Amino acid sequence: MIRKITLSAIAALGLASPALAAGGGGHVHDFKFSFEGPFGSYDQMQLQRGLQIYTEVCAACHGLKYVPLRTLGDEGGPHLPDDQVRAYSEFYEVFDAEIDDFRPAKPTDHFPDSALENAPDLSMMAKARAGFHGPYGLGINQFFRGMGGPEYIATLLSSYEDPPACAPEDFEGFYNTAFTAGGIPDECKDDHGHSKVEGSWIAMAPPLEDDLIEFADHAPADVEAMSQDVAAFLMWAAEPKMNARKEAGFVAVVFLVVLSVLLYLTNKSIWAAIKHRKGPDA
Amino acid sequence: MAGIPHDHYEPKTGAETWLHRRLPIVGLMYDTLMIPTPKNLNWMWIWGIVLTFCLVLQIATGIVLAMHYTPHVDMAFASIEHIMRNVNGGDMLRYVHMNGASLFFLAVYAHIFRGLYYGSYKEPREITWIIGILIFVLMMGTAFMGYVLPWGQMSFWGATVITGLFGAIPFIGEPIQTWLLGGPAVDNATLNRFFSLHYLLPFVIAALVAVHIWAFHTTGNNNPTGVEVRRGSKEEAEKDTVPFWPYYVIKDVFALVVILAVFFAIVGFMPNYLGHPDNYIEANPLSTPAHIVPEWYFLPFYAILRAFTGEVWVVQIASFFTGGIIDAKFFGVLAMFGAIAVMALTPWLDTSSVRSGKYRPLFKWWFWLLVIDFVVLTWLGAQPAEEPYATFALIASAYWFAYFLVILPLLGVMEKPLPQPETIEEDFDAHYPVESDDASSAPAE
Repeated sequence: MIRKITLSAIAALGLASPALAAGGGGHVHDFKFSFEGPFGSYDQMQLQRGLQIYTEVCAACHGLKYVPLRTLGDEGGPHLPDDQVRAYSEFYEVFDAEIDDFRPAKPTDHFPDSALENAPDLSMMAKARAGFHGPYGLGINQFFRGMGGPEYIATLLSSYEDPPACAPEDFEGFYNTAFTAGGIPDECKDDHGHSKVEGSWIAMAPPLEDDLIEFADHAPADVEAMSQDVAAFLMWAAEPKMNARKEAGFVAVVFLVVLSVLLYLTNKSIWAAIKHRKGPDA
Repeated sequence: MAGIPHDHYEPKTGAETWLHRRLPIVGLMYDTLMIPTPKNLNWMWIWGIVLTFCLVLQIATGIVLAMHYTPHVDMAFASIEHIMRNVNGGDMLRYVHMNGASLFFLAVYAHIFRGLYYGSYKEPREITWIIGILIFVLMMGTAFMGYVLPWGQMSFWGATVITGLFGAIPFIGEPIQTWLLGGPAVDNATLNRFFSLHYLLPFVIAALVAVHIWAFHTTGNNNPTGVEVRRGSKEEAEKDTVPFWPYYVIKDVFALVVILAVFFAIVGFMPNYLGHPDNYIEANPLSTPAHIVPEWYFLPFYAILRAFTGEVWVVQIASFFTGGIIDAKFFGVLAMFGAIAVMALTPWLDTSSVRSGKYRPLFKWWFWLLVIDFVVLTWLGAQPAEEPYATFALIASAYWFAYFLVILPLLGVMEKPLPQPETIEEDFDAHYPVESDDASSAPAE
């Protein structure tokens, strides 16, 4: 009801469009992911492809320091067999304070920190970005579409374009139409300092190109497909228990709905004697 | 115990008598559970149970979370991720606790506006009302400190902004701010004391809840008519009331279960809906987020805080007459706390002799405008501090104060109330008339 009041209040004041603008950011394409909606779950093959892209491309600079390597074997995630998790872990070197030296990582270790100082850790990136905010900025579309974190990542990775004509050739960074937090050359701003171009310049070079990677399952490896695969993997990295959580939520809701029906009937029958009295004076 | 006359607990067996002579605890529970309750309470009277449930839920989940959480600036953020990834059921516990805070505030706002509409604050329930406002203030403190614990970007910058408010108090502001933070800025000492207080305050709230319940069990519940239960005799009182058990326990639990179904749909399917994405980035004192936004339940008061800038004439006058002691920042802080203070004073600001808003034709309009005002303030609190939002925030804030300080006192004098029923029984019978034998006149609930 409060939502309804909010909506009508906003509509009455004619403020709908500034509210949308306040969401900020560039255009985020609404990719369809398998894990959207109350019944959506991760696509194991997509997560494995995403892991491969992360390993071969992203891991050169970005870390996943909050993600334990052993969780790669968890059900609901990439679900690698134990021996593969062990073998994969050994790709990484970790510093062990006990032996005061580096050693190959074990499944009980975490992914390493970012190798490059300016590259943010990606563990929670898919939850730390909101690609879209729903009607009136209320974000209620989260229920069906998520909040757009993986969409933002996938859009960013596939939105590198040739810089606009206004930009000087030696301007630092790479022009990306989805990235809004970067630098913009003065030549591309109007008299009020507002940008005339979509997006901004990002420090990260375009990381993906068509057929950069060959997937074991022969899935397409164009930039758009790979962007979605790695975004899905990062969503799993940020929210590894999502499948189990949705199942628990579903069971809880069904249980509570059934219980509420029983309680409704109980309540009705208890009150019946009070509300429906017979005779002249009950 | 004073209150509505009713049957009291009588120990029956020898063991019961033995215990009752030494500690009348069974009698206390019996009297609490069997308390006569007006039989015409509507669905807005369910929020008390929802709130009690929220308190228990938050304490229960919070105690387990505290077993796995580390209140240290270098480890807090990682320990939350440890809970989310490694602790059995940890992600559920944390999401329930996180969203539990939102349910708590949703319920408390519904509860407060229920009280405002039906005049639950009026004589003789002023103490109940004031304790309630105290609980509300403590809830805000607890929730604010709880939000700092994950040590994300919004945690850190929210803490910086809000503790900075105390720095706006003239002369003593800065020492107070330093004392609150345990240092010159939000740091490890702040996190530690916030954790300690976040654990302590819920128990203070629990104690105040007991007093809150004690107070209204003494005066008896208010009800939609605002007409008091007759207390001349037990028989008379029984015509106006039903015992709390089972009538209202089952009704309230039914309502609670419906609300929980929605709650668990949010926890299960969109647990981060009410949170802010920036809080999944670890706190960084060197990088300020573009928009610092508090949790939704603080937004109305945050909007009032920001509404009073140096360009507002009231602020300029205040500043002029106090020689600049009350500047725009301090004025905003005063307005924010004042917005809650006027709520506490409602029992004395409302001059009407009629308790329930149901019988106050003019009051109704102003009341619903206040509800809309509150929703608009919530929305404005999330908007950037620029035009046209600033002007709207000023108008909406002004109405908040006008309602309590001008409209309520004047309405009581000017308004011509509608006739009220003599008794609760009369009101109840009007809704549920005694049925004749063909039993066809019963209206649906």
